[in-house]
Amino acid sequence: MSRRSPPEPVKVVKERRDQALERLVGAVPYVQLLGISFQRNGDELTAVLKFGDHLIGNPILPALHGGAIASFLEVAALTELSWTWLWDEMEAGRLSKEDEELPPLPKTIDFTVDYLRSGLPRDAYARARVNRAGRRYGSVHVEAWQDHRAKLFASATGHFLMPRDG
Amino acid sequence: MDQHSAHKAKIAAQFIGAIPFSKALGMELTEIGEGRAVIVMPWDARIVGDPRSGVVHGGAVTALMDTCSGAAVMAHPEGASATATIDLRIDYMRAARTGHRITAEAICHHVTRSVAFVRAQATDEDAGAGPVATATGVFTFERDTRVPRKTASADTDGGTASGPEGTP
Repeated sequence: MSRRSPPEPVKVVKERRDQALERLVGAVPYVQLLGISFQRNGDELTAVLKFGDHLIGNPILPALHGGAIASFLEVAALTELSWTWLWDEMEAGRLSKEDEELPPLPKTIDFTVDYLRSGLPRDAYARARVNRAGRRYGSVHVEAWQDHRAKLFASATGHFLMPRDG
Repeated sequence: MDQHSAHKAKIAAQFIGAIPFSKALGMELTEIGEGRAVIVMPWDARIVGDPRSGVVHGGAVTALMDTCSGAAVMAHPEGASATATIDLRIDYMRAARTGHRITAEAICHHVTRSVAFVRAQATDEDAGAGPVATATGVFTFERDTRVPRKTASADTDGGTASGPEGTP
């Protein structure tokens, strides 16, 4: 009978994954300007857009800017795809070292946003689903909500060019 | 541009100039006319998407296209001066050159009683390299009831457009 290796301590697993996620989004200036962060439960990511006055697009209503909403969805979609793409690398412990360069990430080919209702001046959340991640192309769907998970205020689908190996 | 269109353009210019998110991204409206708008966004370290190359984030280009498209709708002579995006599709052709300002031009080419259709294009300072991105958008449209309905769509002749300073 073969012996199973003992499971890694939870602290080690969490640190490795949180560090990899931080490396993925923490260094991107535009993500910081928007005020986007990610909550992680296992491999499930939830993007959080913290409300700020600079995100307003219609000061009279007021409502979030359509461009800020689109940007939030694109960041959520791209991060989910990269996260899925890099998962095995990360679990092998190859992404946590500070001195190592991140591998090239997918690039957006197109992005289509559905504005379902106006964005209220408060925090927003988004979750993305990778519908396909092939060798060359990826397709990702993303949904965003504010107060109620089932009441979406925007959704989007995007196609991405996957980085070439080597 | 007649007096009514000029007035419309002026209101649209004022509204665009007061949008917090557009201001945060450094956008500047340079031309607005009958169903047409041009907005410039300078390169800035804060809107970078790839810190290694300094290339602007695609989302910032999308925000520029959305703002410019909305401005074109607001400047349409038959519309009331308010609109919201229903649908926006962006195609990214190439990365914008680092350090270049990005210019978006949007044309509201058709309106119905309640919908406005827009085409937009973004270029950097390397005009020979073709557009950075193109967009098609659908926006809400409310008719200005004081204006008799025209059968033709928006005048897309760029020669008649003038900046906010040029309007009376």
